[in-house]
Amino acid sequence: MGESPLPAWSLPPEAIERIRLDFEWPGRVTRSWAMDGATGRGVRVCVLDSGVEQDHPRVGEVQGAVAVSIGEDGEPVVGDDDQGDTCGHGTACAGVIRTLAPECEIHSVRVLGAGFTGSGPVLLAGLRWAIEQGFDVINMSLSTTKRQFAEVLHELADTAYFKRTILVASAHNMPVESYPWRFSSVVSVGSHAEPDSLAFFYNPDPPVEFFARGVDVELAWMGGGVIRATGNSFATPHMSGICALVRSKHPQLTPFQLKSVLHLIADNVGGRT
Amino acid sequence: MSEDGFRAAVAAGVMGVDDAYRALLQSVVDVARSIFGAQAASIFLLDEEADELVFEAVAGKGERSLIGLRIPSSTGIAGWTLVTRQPLVIEDLTQDPRHAREVAERSGYVPKGIMSVPLLADERALGVLQVLDRPKRPDFSLQEMELLGLFANQAAIALDLLQRSRRAKAALDESGGGVAVVARVAAALDELTEGDRARAMRLFEALEDVLRA
Repeated sequence: MGESPLPAWSLPPEAIERIRLDFEWPGRVTRSWAMDGATGRGVRVCVLDSGVEQDHPRVGEVQGAVAVSIGEDGEPVVGDDDQGDTCGHGTACAGVIRTLAPECEIHSVRVLGAGFTGSGPVLLAGLRWAIEQGFDVINMSLSTTKRQFAEVLHELADTAYFKRTILVASAHNMPVESYPWRFSSVVSVGSHAEPDSLAFFYNPDPPVEFFARGVDVELAWMGGGVIRATGNSFATPHMSGICALVRSKHPQLTPFQLKSVLHLIADNVGGRT
Repeated sequence: MSEDGFRAAVAAGVMGVDDAYRALLQSVVDVARSIFGAQAASIFLLDEEADELVFEAVAGKGERSLIGLRIPSSTGIAGWTLVTRQPLVIEDLTQDPRHAREVAERSGYVPKGIMSVPLLADERALGVLQVLDRPKRPDFSLQEMELLGLFANQAAIALDLLQRSRRAKAALDESGGGVAVVARVAAALDELTEGDRARAMRLFEALEDVLRA
C-alpha cells in the first residue's frame, strides 16, 4: 500500500484498508458505552456569547477569553477580553457546561455587547476565529435572521463539521427563518420540560434535531449569583455538555459519528442503559 | 381638485399613522400584560441609526415619564434578546445586583422576573417586548413560551406595517409636488371607464418603456 494521499472523491480497492476505523464499535451503542465515567477532560469547549464571568463558583476557571469588536477600519477584530460578561447569559451557558462536564476547558468568545449594528459581522468573525482554534465543541445560544449572513454562516458551519468541531446551536421557537441552527451540519437544540440535565430526546421531525433541558434551569449569573431561567438558550449548553462528555471518552469521533451516537443514546431511542 | 387637494387625498392613507402607532404600542403592552397576568409589560424599539434601544411604551408598574429613554442596543437582557433573537424567561433577577440597580435607575421599578422576546418582522429585528413579574405558577410550561413567541410575532407584523406607513408619510411630506403628480394621475386613472382606462394604461406602459430605455 503506497503512502500517496487518497483520491478526493473515490476509494480504490487497495485503499479500503487505509480507512479502517481505529477503534471498535460495540455491538450496541449504549449511553454507558458513550459517556460513563466521562468528565469532559481533554475537551475544549467554546462559549460564543456575551462573555463569561471568570471564577464564578459554578464556572470555575475560564481557560481563555477573547472579545470581538469593530476596529477603527470598520472591520471586526479579536482581542483579549478584560470585561467578562456584559449580560449574564454567557456565564449561565458556561455554568451548565461546567456542571455536566466538570473537567472540560471553557473558552469564552464574546460576540455580544458591541452594538446591534455590527453584531452580524462580529458574530461571523467570532465563529470563524473559534473554528480556526480547533475547539472540540462550540456553543451558540444565538441566531441571526439576516439573510445576508446565512451563506457565510452555512460555509462556516460546514467548515466546522469537516474540521471535527461540533457546533451546537439554539433552535428558534418563533415563526421566522433564522440561522445557523437550521443547517444540517450543526447540532440544533430545542427545549424539553423534564427536570433532568442529562435527559435529551432525538426529534424525528426536523429541522430541530434534539431537545435538551431548557425549562426552569438553575443557572450561574453575574456577580457570582444564581438564577432560574427558561429558554432554548439554556437547552443548548446542556447538549454541549453532553457532547463534551462523549467527546472526552471517545475523542476520535467525527461530528457525523458523534451525531449518530447522540441519536442512539437519546432517551427516546436507546434509552438510559 | 387642486394639487394640494390630491396630496391631502393621498396623505389620507397614511394620515393618523402616528396616533395609530402610539395606540398600537400601548395596546401591545396592555395585551401582553393581560395575557400573562403580569405586573407590567414594556417595549423597547431599535433606533438603527443611533444603534440604541428606545423605551417606547409601558403598561402597569413603571415610570411613564421615562418613555423615550435610550439604552445601548446590545447590553443587558433587552440587548441580549435583540442581538441573539432568542426569547428567554428569567426568574428572580433580584439576585443580580447590577441588573437591579440599573433597572431601578431607569424605571423606578425593579422586576423580579422577566419574559423577554424579540420583535422580529421577516429578517429585521424591530425591538424587544418584555413581560415583567408574571405570577410564578408551578405549571409554567413551554406552551407559555410558545404563546409569548406567537404574540410577539403578531405584534411585530403590526408594528412593521405601521412603521412602513410612517416612512411613506415622511416621504410624502418631504417630496412636495413630485409624488403628488403621480398620485393625481393614479386618481384620474381610477375615475376612467374601463375602456378608457385600458387605453390609458397602454399609454403608460409605453411611457414606462421610454423611461426605462
